[in-house]
Formats: sequence, structure tokens, C-alpha cells
Amino acid sequence: MKEFTFIELGRRIGQLLLSLFVLLLVTFVIGRVLPTDPVGAIVGELADPATYEAMRQRLGLDLPIYQQFWIYLTSMVQGDLGTAILTGNPVVNDLRAAFPATLELATLAVVLSTVIGVPLGMTAAFFRDSWFDQFARVISLVGHSIPVFWFGIVGLVIFYATLNWVGGPGRIDIYLEGLVEPQTGLLLIDSLLVGDYEVFWNAVSHIILPACILAYSAMAYITRMTRSFTLEQLNQDYVIAARAKGASNWRIVSGHLLPNIAVQLVTVLAIAYGGLLEGAVVTEVVFSWPGIGQYMTNALMIGDMNAVVAATLIIGIIFMVLNFLSDLAYLVLDPRTREVTT
Amino acid sequence: MNVSQTVPPRTKSFLSASRLGSGFGSAIAKLSREPLGMFGFIVLLLLVVIAIFAPLIAPYSPTAQNLSNVLKPPSWTHWAGTDEFGRDILSRLIFGTRITVQTVLAVTVIVGPLGMLIGIVAGFVGGRTDAILMRITDIVLSFPSLILALAFAAALGAGLETAIIAISLTGWPPIARLARAETLIVRNTDYVAAARLYGASPLRLLFRYIAPMCIPSVVVRLTMNMAGIILTAAALGFLGLGAQPPAPEWGAMISSGRKFMLDNWWVAVMPGIAILVTSLAFNLAGDALRDILDPRHARS
Repeated sequence: MKEFTFIELGRRIGQLLLSLFVLLLVTFVIGRVLPTDPVGAIVGELADPATYEAMRQRLGLDLPIYQQFWIYLTSMVQGDLGTAILTGNPVVNDLRAAFPATLELATLAVVLSTVIGVPLGMTAAFFRDSWFDQFARVISLVGHSIPVFWFGIVGLVIFYATLNWVGGPGRIDIYLEGLVEPQTGLLLIDSLLVGDYEVFWNAVSHIILPACILAYSAMAYITRMTRSFTLEQLNQDYVIAARAKGASNWRIVSGHLLPNIAVQLVTVLAIAYGGLLEGAVVTEVVFSWPGIGQYMTNALMIGDMNAVVAATLIIGIIFMVLNFLSDLAYLVLDPRTREVTT
Repeated sequence: MNVSQTVPPRTKSFLSASRLGSGFGSAIAKLSREPLGMFGFIVLLLLVVIAIFAPLIAPYSPTAQNLSNVLKPPSWTHWAGTDEFGRDILSRLIFGTRITVQTVLAVTVIVGPLGMLIGIVAGFVGGRTDAILMRITDIVLSFPSLILALAFAAALGAGLETAIIAISLTGWPPIARLARAETLIVRNTDYVAAARLYGASPLRLLFRYIAPMCIPSVVVRLTMNMAGIILTAAALGFLGLGAQPPAPEWGAMISSGRKFMLDNWWVAVMPGIAILVTSLAFNLAGDALRDILDPRHARS
């Protein structure tokens, strides 16, 4: 049994490494091969041939393509993602500075979507074909269909501009900016750590709208999946047996159903989390949220491919590692995948 | 040895005539019991009709500027208001359907055949070919598609064509997986064995006997994925990487309307409603199609 798990684990790690390699290859093609004139993008159209050639050599573009890829690969593995044109800093530093904002937003969104989506999906399954089920279906259909950046704009118009219930774009009001020394980089936690409640509540008022908007699309997915997992379980003998014994609905859910769908849910949540990191890109643009998404889109606008490629790589890696971890969770949590062998 | 054991189990009937040949009439009858699905199809039909007859339907030109009439709220003369150049938003939305339909068609034409080809070859040939093709499929499937589309569009330069290519590059894996699964089932059926006995070449088997059986599920899957594809396309447009101004692309319209959103909400809100309705229609139609064409995966 143990042995099987280790072999399986090794296989999964091998798959992850292969995927990462292909991701590096794809980003290499995007950053170095596809752009028609990467040298011209840096030196400008009016540069004399000598400058052009010098830059070409500095970028290593005179080398054969496989050597270029090797250099790219080794520098990426060493964490050297190049220099950003816009800020002049190493891209790694920029990303490190921007990442906590994205992490904070996506994490809050995944928590919100889980807390609402899982009970919603379970209730819909319990009362299948009832008005509540229809309601949940419509909610989740709209969530699948709504353009998140547009929803963000509508949210800002209603809750910020008209009702003034929430803070506007950005992470915090300007006059409070920089008051709290970043420790974790997560503003909500940092402000609590030093006990600055004014900053904390201000940050809450700024994050709540983008987090809810982002959570909605993830919630649609989580609700739908939870509903179908629950329906699958409700037809199983053990639920009927529990019913026959006179267990209450609550007892059936907490004691029997939840443990049985937990593993599948973990996978869904991991996928939803990855999707949120992606959705954060457009949401950040709407809310001027200083995260990786905004950094990437700013870089897109000025054609800074180093920064674009690095941001793609980072989000891609997180995405893949999340997938990998959810696979792993399946292996560890689901007794069935363990017992098959030996 | 017991003889009865050697008789292969009959494949379930979903492969046979009942799935395809139940007739157009009964499909419509089933659809009429799904009012939401019906709504989805009607909206999509309208979308196509509007796209074809846009110049006849639109009350104004989509690009004609009228600087004495800028940022007017919705009224009887301009149902959806006017934008910052005094252009009629409704007319722009109507012409925008052409870009949407174009995107949908182009992605379908690229992703459908490509995914099917990879899927049925993997399923039919099997062995190492299958392993390699499916590995590639899984890897592409594990990529964050929107981010990758962004990066591709950035590298190739903004434009509708690059947006379509970027979306297609990450759109084929679900189709490939589905086509492979279908092929694995069809490959061992009697009629394929019969065709093989008659001396049909592998290519003929693939394209005449196996591929047609995969089409219904592929169509269903494509329809359902189209909602997401429209959202990705709109997001690319919103970020300035899709069709370029003054083309009335819905995502780009939202992006330019954003500047005026606090005082002139309609400029950004109207195109979003168009995207929402279209995407919703694809979702509803996809659900209904699945229930009709593919009872195995019917909504539980």
C-alpha cells in the first residue's frame, strides 16, 4: 500500500515537472520567438545598425535557438526573470511586491465562494426540482455567463458611486496608505497585527466588493459541482439506511454526506482557486488593484514582454501546483485509491 | 469453457439510430419542454439574424460621430444612449454581433476539427500515440487559458485574428478528450468491425465511420464552452487586445465606457448586457442540447 502511494506520488511529480517544462517552453516561444522584432521594441525604430546589433547580441538573439532556450531555462530556474522596462527593477522584485495583493483578493474570494456555494449546492440537491433548486440553477447559470470585469464596473457604479457603501478602487484610501508597515504584505492581516483598526476597516471596505464580484463566478462553479456530488451520494444505500434509522437531515449532511464529498470538493476548490487567480487579472484592472494582474496588463500595454512572460509563468506555476496538490489530496484523503493495491 | 461468456456485451443503444435518428421533430418537441433552452436557441438565432442584417436593422451608423450629441442617456431616439463621440450605442451593439458571430464561428472551425482529430487519432490508434497525445492534452488543459491568451495576444500584437488564435490554442483539449472517449467506445462496435472486414482503410474508418459518431457530443461540448470563449474574447477586447477601435467590439466598448461610468453608466453597462445575454444563451442552449442529443450525460 505504502509502496503504491510512493510510486504514484513519483509519477505525479514527474507529470508536474513535465508540465512545468512545457510551460517554460511555451513562455519562451511567447516571449522570444513570436514577437517579430524584440530588439526593435527595446532600441526603437530609429536606432543605428551598430546599436541594434549590440542589443541583439546582449539579448543573446544571435545564438542558435536551442542555446537561447537553454539560457532562458537556466536563468528562470535560478529565479532571474529579467528586468522590467516600466519600473527598471528586476521582474522578480516587482512580482514579489504585487503578489500579496492578488493573494489576499483571491483567497478572500475563494473563502466567500466556498462558504456560500457549498451550502447552496447541497440545499439545491436536497430539494431537487423545487423552487430553491431552480433559483440556485439560475444563480449559477448567470455566474457562468457574466463578464466579471463588467460586473465589477456595475458594482462600482451601484455600491460605490451611488450608495457609497464600499470604498472605491484601490486597496485603501490614499490618506491611509503606507501607515502600516508590511509584514506579510496582506493588508488585512498586517493592520490587525499592529492593531490599527482604522486601516483594517478601510481595507475591508475596499476589498469587499472586488472579492464578492470575483467570488460570484467561482461560486457558480462550486454550487453546480456540490449539487451534482450531493445528488450522487443521496442515491447511495448508506444515506437511505441513515434515513431509515431516523437520522435528521442535519445529521445526514454533517455525519455522512460531507465526509463523502469532501475529497471531490477539495479538487473543485483547488480548480476554483486557480480560476480566481486568473479572474483576478481583469478584476484588478477594473478596481485598480495593485496585484499581479494589473502589473501584467500594464506591461502588456507597453509591450514589456519580460514582465508579461514572468507574470504568465508565475500564475501558470501556481495553477499547476494547485492542480497537483488537489491530485495529491485525492490520493491521501480518498481511502479507495489506497486500498486498491497490495 | 462456457460459450455464453464469449459473446461480447452489446453496446448500449445511445450509439445507434436512437441518438441521431430520432428525428428533428422529436428534438423540437423535447426542446419545447425546456423553455429556458428554447430561449437560449431563440437568442442565438436572433444573434445570427441581427449579424447578417445589421445594416438594415441598425437605426444609425456604428461609426458616424455626432459631437453635438455626446453621452446622451437612453431615450426614444437612442434606445441605448450615445457614447463619448455621439455614436448610437444600440447601432454599435447591433454591428458588434458581427464580431461576436465571427469569433464564435472562427473558434469553432479551428477548435472543433483540431480537437476531434487529436482525440479520434489518439483513441483509434491507441498505444504510444495515445499516451503522447493525451499527455499533451492534459498539459495544455492545466494551463491558465486566459493568461496564456493574454500573453499570446501581447506577443502577436493586438487584433481580432490574434485573439481568435490565442483562444483556440487553449480551447481544443476538452474536445480532444471527449472525442477520444467516444472513439474508444465506437471503435469496438460491430459496424466498425464490419467495415473493417469489407476492407475499409484506417483513414476511411476514421473519417467515415468513427468521426461522425463523435460529432453530437462535440457539438454539445462546443456550445457549452462557447459561453466561456465569449467571455474570454470580451476580456481580451476589454484589455485592448481584441478587435481594435473604432470596431464596435463589446468588450472594447465597455473599456472605453469605463471612463464615464460614474456619470454616464449606460456607455459601459449596455455592451455588458449584450455579452451577458449571449453567453447565457450559449449556456442554456448547451444544457438543452446535451439533454436532447446526449442522454447519458443529461442533467441529473
